[in-house]
Amino acid sequence: MTRALALVLVALIVALFALSLLIGPAGLSPATSLAALIRGEGLAETLVMREIRLPRAILAAIIGAALGLAGAAMQGYLRNPLAEPGLLGVSGSAALGAVIALQTGFAAQFALGLPFAALIGAVLAVGLIIALAGPRGGALTLILAGIAVSALAGAFTALVLNLSPNPFAASEIMFWMMGSLADRSMTHVWLAAPFIVLGAVVLLAQGRAFDALTLGEDSAASLGVNLSRLRLMLVLAVASMVGAATAVAGAVGFVGLVVPHILRPFVRARPSSLLWASALGGAVLVLAADIAVRVVLPDRDLKLGVLTAIVGAPLFLHLVFKTRGQAL
Amino acid sequence: MTEFALTDFAVARGPCDVLRDINLTVGAGEFVGLLGPNGAGKTTLMRAALGMMPHRGHSALAALSARDRARHVAWLPQAREIGWPVSVADLVTLGRLPHLARGQKPGDADRAAIEAALARMGLDGFRTRIATQLSGGEQARVLIARALAQDTPLLMADEPAAGLDPAHQLGLMDTLAAEATRGRSVIASLHDLGLAARYCTRLVVLWQGGIAADGPPQDVLTPDLLARVFQIRAHVQQTEDGPICQPLGVV
Repeated sequence: MTRALALVLVALIVALFALSLLIGPAGLSPATSLAALIRGEGLAETLVMREIRLPRAILAAIIGAALGLAGAAMQGYLRNPLAEPGLLGVSGSAALGAVIALQTGFAAQFALGLPFAALIGAVLAVGLIIALAGPRGGALTLILAGIAVSALAGAFTALVLNLSPNPFAASEIMFWMMGSLADRSMTHVWLAAPFIVLGAVVLLAQGRAFDALTLGEDSAASLGVNLSRLRLMLVLAVASMVGAATAVAGAVGFVGLVVPHILRPFVRARPSSLLWASALGGAVLVLAADIAVRVVLPDRDLKLGVLTAIVGAPLFLHLVFKTRGQAL
Repeated sequence: MTEFALTDFAVARGPCDVLRDINLTVGAGEFVGLLGPNGAGKTTLMRAALGMMPHRGHSALAALSARDRARHVAWLPQAREIGWPVSVADLVTLGRLPHLARGQKPGDADRAAIEAALARMGLDGFRTRIATQLSGGEQARVLIARALAQDTPLLMADEPAAGLDPAHQLGLMDTLAAEATRGRSVIASLHDLGLAARYCTRLVVLWQGGIAADGPPQDVLTPDLLARVFQIRAHVQQTEDGPICQPLGVV
């Protein structure tokens, strides 16, 4: 069954990726699009395909994969279906970095000013979390450290908004925080991809440890899992992936929460299988959502993060409802 | 080889020692019942011996690498945690993790160990059941099967009998005693003196940070020790079913 799931998800990714390349305000025919993308026919068309649509589709796929995988890893580590990548406070801190860059004008200084500032925010958050949670602490101290860092980042973001000089600056910040993949270039892909690939390689290698954690921390340790090392790997990998994703796309919520939840029954609830399944599923969800924002309201610049929240929140409610049913 | 050996072993929590001057060796074929009132340090002794807590002195298990240790001892903590709705078969398979290289799928030897563990815990019909949907007693048996599937020379369990009905308590003790007869060493902390007297080959009583008594059940469960350590009086008798210990009242 897991092989069938993998095939279905990969087929969906390929189909949605192709669809994503063929949709856009330029209104190119599929034949023209593909000719421009592959053979470079037509100057304007080639520019549209290679510099606008291709990076957008690639970013949707890798950011979705990053969020799905990070969500599955967080849930596996904490053995809690309500855990999500934002719990570590890394996305909040990356957003804070970006907001400061927008506010100070650093973002306008050079092309990658904003994502760099966001990455610096993410790195600082990781340092703070590791310092707060200590080398030997368990899962609980990690959550508390994450909540503290999240709250701090949220407070400073509010402060920056509060002090913004004019409504235009504030609205620019607000719109950035909603999350979007519009107008991203290949430079953004090259910036985010290394962090995401690195984090994914690290997390996918921890499958056994997440499986063993099904039995709790003590049993996992007795099965040979080094919990301190696992926790450090988790924090670094999740931060690397989520920090990079937030840096180039803003805050895209609910993907890391909802995707593992939907896919869990299809992998017999085994945390190791859920890792790769959620990476593929996340890519599917974000590719689909990014197509939807272009199709549903093409003239209004609907933000990706808004759409994932609108779709994700009801799914989250469903999760709460189901959990309540089990408790009875 | 002796798996469990503590020499001049001590564990501190904050400034004071919870355990000190512990010298304890458990050989193959022994079923050791670890007794003591609440807070005597039974769990602490086992976890520290496994290297999960800072300690002084020498523990043979703590000296091993994590991977070697996982092949020498199976540990069954008191908290019966099953984090995800996995099937019984998948859960018991987790016991084989220490025997598999990274990315290696369970082979014939692993499947044989899993089947044997399921059979010994009477779980043959439970393979595809979802572990989190089972009753507490059934979950306990599944987790014990996981530890048996690990197929280690030493099995350590923290209050494995707690929360089981009488039939399953007796069944569990039968299983653990049978494992000892097969040549494994078994160490289990127990609160039920009756079960301990009846099934264990050796009892170790922890009290005030040290070992108050160590020996065969009939030698350990004296009226004096029961009054001093447990503050109870009990009826202790040798029968053809083995020693019987029935607590009668508080001293």
